[in-house]
Amino acid sequence: MDLLIPETGTIIWMLLAAGIVFFILMKWGFPMLTDMVDKRNDYIEKSLKAAKEANDRLAGIQAECDELLRETRQEQARIIKEANERRDGIIAEAETKARESAGKIVEDARSQIREERDEALRGIRRQVAEISVRIAEKVILKELSDRDGQTEMIDRMIDEVEAAERK
Amino acid sequence: MKRWIYILLLAVLWLIPQNSGASVAAQAEPASEAAAEESALTVEEPGIPVDVKEIIFGHLKDSYEWHIITVGEKEIAIYLPVILHSKETGWHFFMSDKLKQKGGYDGFYISETGNYTGKIVERDSMGMEVRPLDLSLTKVALGIVINSILLLVIVLSCAGWYRHHEPTDTPPRGFVGLFELVSVMIIDDVIRPAIGRDYRRFTPLLLSLFFFIFLSNLMGLVPIFPGGANVTGNIAVTLTLAITTFITVNVLGTKEYWKEILWPDVPVFLKCPVPLMPIIEFFGIFTKPFSLTVRLFANMTAGHSVILALTCVIFITANIGPLIGTPMSVVSIVFMIFMNCLELLVAYIQAYVFTMLSSMFIGMSRVRENDNESTK
Repeated sequence: MDLLIPETGTIIWMLLAAGIVFFILMKWGFPMLTDMVDKRNDYIEKSLKAAKEANDRLAGIQAECDELLRETRQEQARIIKEANERRDGIIAEAETKARESAGKIVEDARSQIREERDEALRGIRRQVAEISVRIAEKVILKELSDRDGQTEMIDRMIDEVEAAERK
Repeated sequence: MKRWIYILLLAVLWLIPQNSGASVAAQAEPASEAAAEESALTVEEPGIPVDVKEIIFGHLKDSYEWHIITVGEKEIAIYLPVILHSKETGWHFFMSDKLKQKGGYDGFYISETGNYTGKIVERDSMGMEVRPLDLSLTKVALGIVINSILLLVIVLSCAGWYRHHEPTDTPPRGFVGLFELVSVMIIDDVIRPAIGRDYRRFTPLLLSLFFFIFLSNLMGLVPIFPGGANVTGNIAVTLTLAITTFITVNVLGTKEYWKEILWPDVPVFLKCPVPLMPIIEFFGIFTKPFSLTVRLFANMTAGHSVILALTCVIFITANIGPLIGTPMSVVSIVFMIFMNCLELLVAYIQAYVFTMLSSMFIGMSRVRENDNESTK
């Protein structure tokens, strides 16, 4: 069976062809592919890891966001409450101040009225005194024509003054 | 309707043995006439027997020309260069169509009998038929060259894709994607599990082996010119491929590998006075590539033989008569389609098995001290 006997010529051709082809493929053919596949696998692994990290981080951010929102709501409520309080305070203060100033104005007006009344009273008194003095002068001028009467009156006056001093 | 078809089929099948028996008797007479005919393959006239063995071996064996088709009397073939080195007359180079002349060319002719049937021989000074050193670019050699060029074109064009892309790009699609898929599958399923730790060093060689065998197997199934050479069904080719594995295994084998061969871990009486186990292990070195050689060769040869035999069925039954010839041709064609599909599978499986066994042999030669301890 010459099918089972290897031909020298064929072996030589095969060695030559396979040698060249395998050399080229081992140098420039398959390493390109295997390198690429290895690198891509690394890349995919890294990407998966990164995606997982990002997801975790995103979940963290979400939680942070919620926390922030909650805090903000609290702050908002607090601020509104404070504002309300302050508003009430301001209104109350304004009311008291208004009441105070109104009271003061009324007081002032009263005191002025009193002063003016006193002034008016004093004026009236002065006029009454002057009128009285004038009347008295007229009376006195009429009286002074009577000498005895004068002396008597002067004595009485002195007595009266003395009595007033003693008192 | 169906029943009628069955009855017809049964009738036909019943007729076959009767008629073929008759035709054998009829063929016995013109047998001598048929022997004179050069090629029995394309003879379709009834009455001339078909030499199945000759057809099958003619296709399986190597030849100095690449026969394509015979139209009537005229053969269309590619004549290949013949390169010879004779001990007496030195180098010769000529095209094989010159051998068709009567008496050969330049003292060389194709032997028809004896040990060198079908090979180029010459007569030496003693008048004996001797073979010169034959380096002709035969059909198989040309097939090797074509397959090699095709493989280089395919793999380097795919490698070109990788040269122009980054690892961060999307993976390749189309043919390059298929190529990568198959390569990665071979690496992950075969090479890495078999070799283990330092498998990376051997992947280019093993992938080259795989794709060379796979491509050659597929090309062997293509019936017309660029394909059709029985490359992986040639024992010289499979031997060379096995030698590649053999060299890799034994040159890159570790110290422990050689220790296991020369001083295996067996009771001392098995290796000390008579080195029984070392001898067995030593033969093991050579039986491994031998099994690789024969397995690939035998599988591909068997596949081609079956397909060729089924093809011959058409011509045998056509000789018997049209009544049997027509249905049997249909049956034969159906079987041939089936066998070709099976051969596609075998083409892949044999390439896979060759790569797997090579990987395993390499893996066995890469043993380390601690590997043994862990398996104990």
